[in-house]
Amino acid sequence: MTTFLRSEFFHNYTRSSSAIIGSALMAFFVLAVLVGPFLVAQNPYDIASLNLMDSYKPPVWVAGGDAQFPLGTDGQGRDVWASILYGARISLFIGVVAMVASCTIGTVLGLIAGFYGGIADSIIMRIADIQLSFPSILIALFLMSAVGTGVDKVLIALTAVGWVVYARTVRGSTLSEIEKEYVQAAKVAGLPNHKIIRKHVLPNVLTPLIVIATIQVGTFVLIEASLSFLGVGVPITQPSLGLLIKNGFDVLFSGLWWTSVFPGVAIMMLVFGINLFGDFLRDELNPRLK
Amino acid sequence: MFAYLIKRLIQMVLVLWVVSVIVFLMMSFTGDPVFMVVPIDATDAEIAQARRLLGLDQSLLVQYWKFLTSLLQGDFGRSYVFRQPAMTLILERMPATVEMVLVAMALAIAVAIPLGVYAGANPESRISRFIMAGSLLGISLPGFWVGMVLIYLFAVHWGVFPSSGRGDTAELWGIRISLLTWDGWHHIVLPAVTLSLGTMAIILRMTRAGMMEVGRQDFMKFARAKGATRSDVLYKHGLKNALIPVVTIFGLQLGDLIAFATITETIFSWPGMGKLLIDSIYRADRPVIVVYLMLVAFIFVVINFIVDIVYTMIDPRITLK
Repeated sequence: MTTFLRSEFFHNYTRSSSAIIGSALMAFFVLAVLVGPFLVAQNPYDIASLNLMDSYKPPVWVAGGDAQFPLGTDGQGRDVWASILYGARISLFIGVVAMVASCTIGTVLGLIAGFYGGIADSIIMRIADIQLSFPSILIALFLMSAVGTGVDKVLIALTAVGWVVYARTVRGSTLSEIEKEYVQAAKVAGLPNHKIIRKHVLPNVLTPLIVIATIQVGTFVLIEASLSFLGVGVPITQPSLGLLIKNGFDVLFSGLWWTSVFPGVAIMMLVFGINLFGDFLRDELNPRLK
Repeated sequence: MFAYLIKRLIQMVLVLWVVSVIVFLMMSFTGDPVFMVVPIDATDAEIAQARRLLGLDQSLLVQYWKFLTSLLQGDFGRSYVFRQPAMTLILERMPATVEMVLVAMALAIAVAIPLGVYAGANPESRISRFIMAGSLLGISLPGFWVGMVLIYLFAVHWGVFPSSGRGDTAELWGIRISLLTWDGWHHIVLPAVTLSLGTMAIILRMTRAGMMEVGRQDFMKFARAKGATRSDVLYKHGLKNALIPVVTIFGLQLGDLIAFATITETIFSWPGMGKLLIDSIYRADRPVIVVYLMLVAFIFVVINFIVDIVYTMIDPRITLK
């Protein structure tokens, strides 16, 4: 721990305001996701705790607001603040799980393509090329239209979109690693291939993935929000931040702006925090810029 | 160069073929389109007959062959909902989408490049930091939410811009264009601004990165040393070289704009092909989805091809192999 506190990385972190703001925003959301539901009195998905008399209350600082509902309520009398805490849970869960899945699959495929080369390499990389020439949102939209809505399906669609960037990066670093002497030495020593890949190549290709993985969580939260907004993402029983915005959009024209504006602010803060911190990591971990 | 063109053309055809296989497979594993065409109270015999008429009783391979050959013959199938050729439906709505995408792109470039040059040339200034934070915010914003907030502020609250539709259009060579009327411009402002933000942020960041990279190079020092004015150094020597990476992402950005137009069109009820796609997904109107995807794939492949060619024209150091 003390070595970490004295490291150059930590020193630069304490001097970078964007890194501190970014990680503070991220920490806020992680905390909100973990303990948030215990802090609010109302569970927005427990029908018994809802009261229709409370519906469409404006935020507390607007005339007619109620201190019980700081950010107002929606048509069912749901506290918007509580909905955001529960919704951020689903959004962040999807973003993180899809990132881990993409990273795992992409890294394995990238290692195979880079280490073995040949036909496996050609197939994996051609698929990656084709996929990269189409916007991810369109691929995800198409997959969702084919498989239907659901948290599991959103995860599949995001993973199908997300693995490519890892596969490409890992393949590139693997190609340069296997030229190096330590890998040659491991080969000469007679280690089996899977052991060389796991023990020697893998640890040396992971660093660039940290930045990609960080930023990808933000990207995934945004894609999931867009899919849910279009009605092909998560189901109504598990509303993510994007679905909250969609539900709020339906009543926007009646002037009830708070049910859709606040969930959007939440997404913006979450993704902005991730991007700020990701930018800092990129500068720190890229030896070329130092 | 000629050999390269031939190679690229073959590649393009291959990509489109792979896309056709994937689209066909995904579509045939999901749902049963028979129930889209038969009435709810149809008998088993009627369902079987409809299935035969649609060719769905045959093996996947036969079905794919029929799908591919009719695609190649220019028969793209008919919409289950509109009972019209799917291609006609999409082409009718394409000008609306193209128009919005082009206005958004023009807006993104007009704002992003000057700001990017400034931020790249003065990386330490307060304004540059502000610009960069703004651009990061632009990437972090959900586009549909921005559209919604704009609708609330400008249409519902202040009532200065319309919230939906395309407004009056004028015809030019048989194509209905809203950019030819004042009302059309009035309608396109909010959707185009919404659509442009993400692209604006990305082009800005690329321009800045390119300017910073170029700024370190000897020819920039030389230009300054020979006494060229600051704006000449920045724009004539710097920007020209900084734009090379920007051009490569230009194609991708155009693709992104077409993709995100589906969402923007849905929010603003803009009658383009993106809204048609979303509506067709809701209605499980499979032929329209398939034709949209094939057409968009074709457009993307062509854009990428053009970008590659343009790339060599602006940077003679690159040779195509």
